[in-house]
Amino acid sequence: MKEKLVLIGNGMAGIRTVEELLKLAPDKYAITVFGAEPLPNYNRILLSPVLAGEKQFGDIVLNDDAWYTSNGITLHKGKEIVKIDRVRRKVMAADGTEEPYDRLILATGSNPFVIPVPGKELAGVVTFRDMHDIERMLAAAKSHKHAVVIGGGLLGLEAANGLMKQGMAVTIVHLLDTLMEKQLDKPAAAFLKRSLEERGLTFLMPAQTEAILGDTQVRAVRFKDGTEIAADLVVMAVGIRPNFTLARSAGIHCDRGIVVNDTLQTYDPRIYAVGECVQHRGQTYGLVAPLFEQAKVCANHLAELGFARYEGSVTSTKLKVTGIDLFSAGEFQGGEGCEEIVLKDAGRGVYKKVVLKDDRVQGAVMYGDTMDGSWYFQLMREGTDVANLRDKLLFGQAHLGDSGHGDIKTRVAGMPDETEICGCNGVCKGTIVQAITEKKLFTLEEVRAHTKASSSCGSCTGLVEALLASTLGGDYSTTPKKKPLCPCTEHSHDEIRAAIREQKLKSIRAVMDMLAWKTPDGCNKCRPALNFYLLVAWPGEYVDDNQSRFINERVHANIQKDGTYSVVPRIWGGETTPAELRALAEIAEKYEVPTVHITGGQRIDFLGVPKETLPAMWGDLSRAGFVSGHAYGKAIRTVKTCVGKNWCRFGTQDSTTMGIQLERMAWGSWTPHKFKLAVSGCPRNCAEATIKDFGVVCVDSGYELHVGGNGGVKVRATDFLCAVKTPEEVLEYCAAFLQVYREEARYLERTAPWVERVGLAYVKSRVVEDEVGRKALAQRFRHSQVFAQVDPWAERAKGADQHEFIPIAQIA
Amino acid sequence: MSSMNAVKQQAPSGWIEIGALDDIPRQGARVVRANGGDIAVFRTLEDEVFALRDRCPHKGGPLSQGIVHGRKVACPLHDWKIDLDTGMAVAPDEGCAARFPVRVEAGRIWLALMPGEGESGD
Repeated sequence: MKEKLVLIGNGMAGIRTVEELLKLAPDKYAITVFGAEPLPNYNRILLSPVLAGEKQFGDIVLNDDAWYTSNGITLHKGKEIVKIDRVRRKVMAADGTEEPYDRLILATGSNPFVIPVPGKELAGVVTFRDMHDIERMLAAAKSHKHAVVIGGGLLGLEAANGLMKQGMAVTIVHLLDTLMEKQLDKPAAAFLKRSLEERGLTFLMPAQTEAILGDTQVRAVRFKDGTEIAADLVVMAVGIRPNFTLARSAGIHCDRGIVVNDTLQTYDPRIYAVGECVQHRGQTYGLVAPLFEQAKVCANHLAELGFARYEGSVTSTKLKVTGIDLFSAGEFQGGEGCEEIVLKDAGRGVYKKVVLKDDRVQGAVMYGDTMDGSWYFQLMREGTDVANLRDKLLFGQAHLGDSGHGDIKTRVAGMPDETEICGCNGVCKGTIVQAITEKKLFTLEEVRAHTKASSSCGSCTGLVEALLASTLGGDYSTTPKKKPLCPCTEHSHDEIRAAIREQKLKSIRAVMDMLAWKTPDGCNKCRPALNFYLLVAWPGEYVDDNQSRFINERVHANIQKDGTYSVVPRIWGGETTPAELRALAEIAEKYEVPTVHITGGQRIDFLGVPKETLPAMWGDLSRAGFVSGHAYGKAIRTVKTCVGKNWCRFGTQDSTTMGIQLERMAWGSWTPHKFKLAVSGCPRNCAEATIKDFGVVCVDSGYELHVGGNGGVKVRATDFLCAVKTPEEVLEYCAAFLQVYREEARYLERTAPWVERVGLAYVKSRVVEDEVGRKALAQRFRHSQVFAQVDPWAERAKGADQHEFIPIAQIA
Repeated sequence: MSSMNAVKQQAPSGWIEIGALDDIPRQGARVVRANGGDIAVFRTLEDEVFALRDRCPHKGGPLSQGIVHGRKVACPLHDWKIDLDTGMAVAPDEGCAARFPVRVEAGRIWLALMPGEGESGD
């Protein structure tokens, strides 16, 4: 017998919980849903575009009747539950329908707040909450002229905009002198007001409503100061209140909402609550993203997995009025100890304010140009140190040395459909928008899964998020505060690393067991990450798991589009000899290598080598004195050098020897992402050391050390770490930097984003200022190198892992 | 050191012995060279064995080189996930790699060269 699960509330939060539950435990419950509205489950966020005539009701339906049927869910539409009998464990609807439950979810949402003034019950006074309200407003707009919207918040402005689009003359009445005071500061609100006035809205503020006048039908609104304005329709949009009448009548503890714990259970553990009706850690939420986070956790508990916790949400807001760009998040008002960075351009209608505290973003409010809203929001959530970005912060992410995509000034909403958003996967704006609307996508992850946009290099993530926001109309935009490593786990990279260290976990199996992995053996995202973390944590002890490595690292060569491989031997510091070149030439000819290419890191690349040939070719390379160049790995790649003072008339130090020493020290090490080095013999910097992960620029007095640079998708010049005097110091600082990066950066995080995330000051505190710490780091790096500096090519040429290189059978 | 098994097509049953289960690493795959093209033979963590045409339905990537997890393999070229049991790309991607009948008896793997029903062998 299946357990009985009853859901009260056929809205977004409740149904999302059911959807999440069906993913985890499709057969666990017999599910019954009660909805007070006589409609299928629809996207309430998109009611304002329906009111504005930009969408039809059919466009915003999320789950039609067939969905309920095919998932075996009993749906009672238009039946309001009026009683919960917790002793007999059953619920009763107004029409007498009864349903027993083993577990119950309350998703009763919220009620619009109706201000208690005389006349509030007159015909023509409506709220703005559900499809029924929209129908009444649309009907009024057909035959009447004057609308008054009470409330200058998010909801009120969207209602006013919609009614104006329907041809009504709309006056917005607001109690305060600042519109959307919960989301905007005064300057941003003033910009918004001006822009809405230009579109034809009238404002009356500050103004306090005293009475709504009329006999049966509303005729006018009167204010405290005695003035009156004519009105055929009055929309009350002053806020929402969690709807917990039913819960309270059943004796469930409620305060400002139904009080729940971190697993979304009420004081009756059989009864859960999700969505706008909930009060969690003192907070109530009216935006969609927190509801979805709650739904995930609640479903996890219902499925008896029980490891997910809801820890509250950080939210951001956008206004869903077409053509008005507005963004707000966090503590945008500032306050004690906060600093404000402000840009105000009245001519262009642009206002941006970012609030900082201790060089961390606390909040932001933007008007007119909100392209970078999601970026500020990300900086805020991650607590990124922005000390080095301060001078460019307001000009946006596109100005941070972004060569490939440097000119993203055009707002994403204004782009034509053919604009390519994701260069890696060739996905255009139109394709993404179509997927979002037709497949009803809400999150970045869903867009990635369906369109592949932003799923490769990730540089277009900001654009895709902006598209999601503009297409959905907006307040979708939070992603969870804590990002799980992959869908196999609820834990973040950092939590997993801490567990490996503290719980002394020494195998992938042990990590998965201890942290309750959701899949039997992980996936191709988490296994390589775990393998790397274990390798760094337990050098010499942990045995590398080949099956958890990407093919390139498993066979020590780079897979090409046709399934052949490329082979790049190490050429120390980029310096070679005629004898070495002759050997390479002979090997290339012997194996009929179709293409020989010189790489950007001063190496020679043999392309088009069949897999079966690799071990034999490596044997020949090995005999000629070459080792693997690790050009295929998240590993130390190359040290690029110039000829330095041995030849160059400008050279200040022996940069080539310095580079060779660095490469001899560092080769073979596995790193979170690829790691490139360079040594330039003078500040002319011919080796391009300032776009490397670790760059050395020789000067007369010694060596300048630079970190955190890269070319690639997003060019980033290095930050200056420090200057040192001797080659020994260069080696020690480099080893220490490598080790702190290996120990603390997330897998697949290059040094550039890592340095930006933790801050250069932090890196300096570990590598420069703390001498004892630096020496310890360098020592740990050198210790791990004892086990890492084994040439994988020589091993395989001698027969290791032969199963990787030859077929199991040949069928004649 | 393992070596390649040269086997002949065996009539009339159509089943061909291609090697031992232990010739394939757990969570790994090996290739069978056949006239119609390579076939990837996968072994999961649970020792289940599956065989698919070694071509991703997306851009022809060699599925045998992917990371095997659960009953899925991730194509090494563009990270499509292919269900080993059905050969179907995991939604939302769409496509299919042909399946081949395969079974394990007494630690030996047997493969049949006719693709599964309803799919073409190419």
